[in-house]
Amino acid sequence: MRRLLTAPLLLLLALPATAAEGRAPVPQIGPAQGEQCVAPVEFMRRNHMELILHQRDETVHRGIRTKGQSLRNCINCHAVDAAGQPVSLDDPEHFCVSCHRYAAVRPDCFQCHSGEPEPGVPGVVGTGAWSQGLAATDHREVER
Amino acid sequence: MSEQPIDRYRRRLLGGAIATGTLTLAPGIFLHRLAEAKPDAEPVRSIVRWGLLVDTTRCASDCTACVDACRDEHGWTGHGRPRSDAQWIRKVELHDKATGREVSLPMMCQHCAEPPCVDVCPTGASFKRADGIVLVDKHICIGCRYCMMACPYKARSFIHEDLTDQKPHSPRGKGTVESCTLCVHRIDAGQQPACVEACNRDGHGALLFGDLNDRNSAIHQALAEVPTTQVRADLGLDLGVRYQGL
Repeated sequence: MRRLLTAPLLLLLALPATAAEGRAPVPQIGPAQGEQCVAPVEFMRRNHMELILHQRDETVHRGIRTKGQSLRNCINCHAVDAAGQPVSLDDPEHFCVSCHRYAAVRPDCFQCHSGEPEPGVPGVVGTGAWSQGLAATDHREVER
Repeated sequence: MSEQPIDRYRRRLLGGAIATGTLTLAPGIFLHRLAEAKPDAEPVRSIVRWGLLVDTTRCASDCTACVDACRDEHGWTGHGRPRSDAQWIRKVELHDKATGREVSLPMMCQHCAEPPCVDVCPTGASFKRADGIVLVDKHICIGCRYCMMACPYKARSFIHEDLTDQKPHSPRGKGTVESCTLCVHRIDAGQQPACVEACNRDGHGALLFGDLNDRNSAIHQALAEVPTTQVRADLGLDLGVRYQGL
């Protein structure tokens, strides 16, 4: 399963070079709120699903509700358009939908979880130092 | 992780440094409001056991404030099929044929210390959190509904339909079993369950929520003073929800 998930993402990471030549379509990923993500973009592209999976068990079973790595936090920052308005899951420009559709990955998060940001709840954005720390430590933690 | 933050939290909790708003419910019974949330990064601990005391003498038969509040909080609207619609909490009317005495009470997951739903679950999706809240991990629930059959309180429902527009704090989806979570998302944020808030807001005060293990908690003191009942106590499940005036 993991290989299935990562293969399209690796492909995605290789895209900029291809895109520069204009020979392949690239996903139109919308803007996000805040200056930077909770971890470096390169880390998140490869590992966001691992972070969410890890946090899911921590939250449901142990009641740990740190906001940085929760699915809700992803949504609160990313599922908005340039004007800060919520973007529906039906909209191909929804942050998660745009990339997953491109990569032919169908996550089942949104069969249960809301894909729209909570009104009035700002997302928790990363700070430089913490993001680096997260990338360094959690990467080991989530390797299973 | 260092021990320090946990110890500090524990000291605050045990030392009574929690700011409490106190409201007199009846002589000797006080309502303390838990004003401090658990730190986000810390796991729940078994030193706490959350519970609920239902005072049926204060529960009005025509009132459904708790049920409505739960429905709004978690978004379990029905599809007009009462036999299969989701139902996390329901009002039950008891009628004693011999005396004519009528009692009204809310019935929901009793948050057993020895939950039969957990015993029978083949995947481990039904589980009891360290603080006594019985939950379904819908990520690993396969929808077999053994737990629904095992529950003596008919507290669980199965979702038959595709759902949209779920509440962000209450994920629900087709093919999984669900039940009262004691508003676990609110408890972790230091708030009371939605049903308790609604009951107090309407002035009934029939629901008292708190830590059964904490000697200073209102619910612990109430349980020490007034006779209370566990429904189907003969099963020996050690319930987190207790009833007064049955």
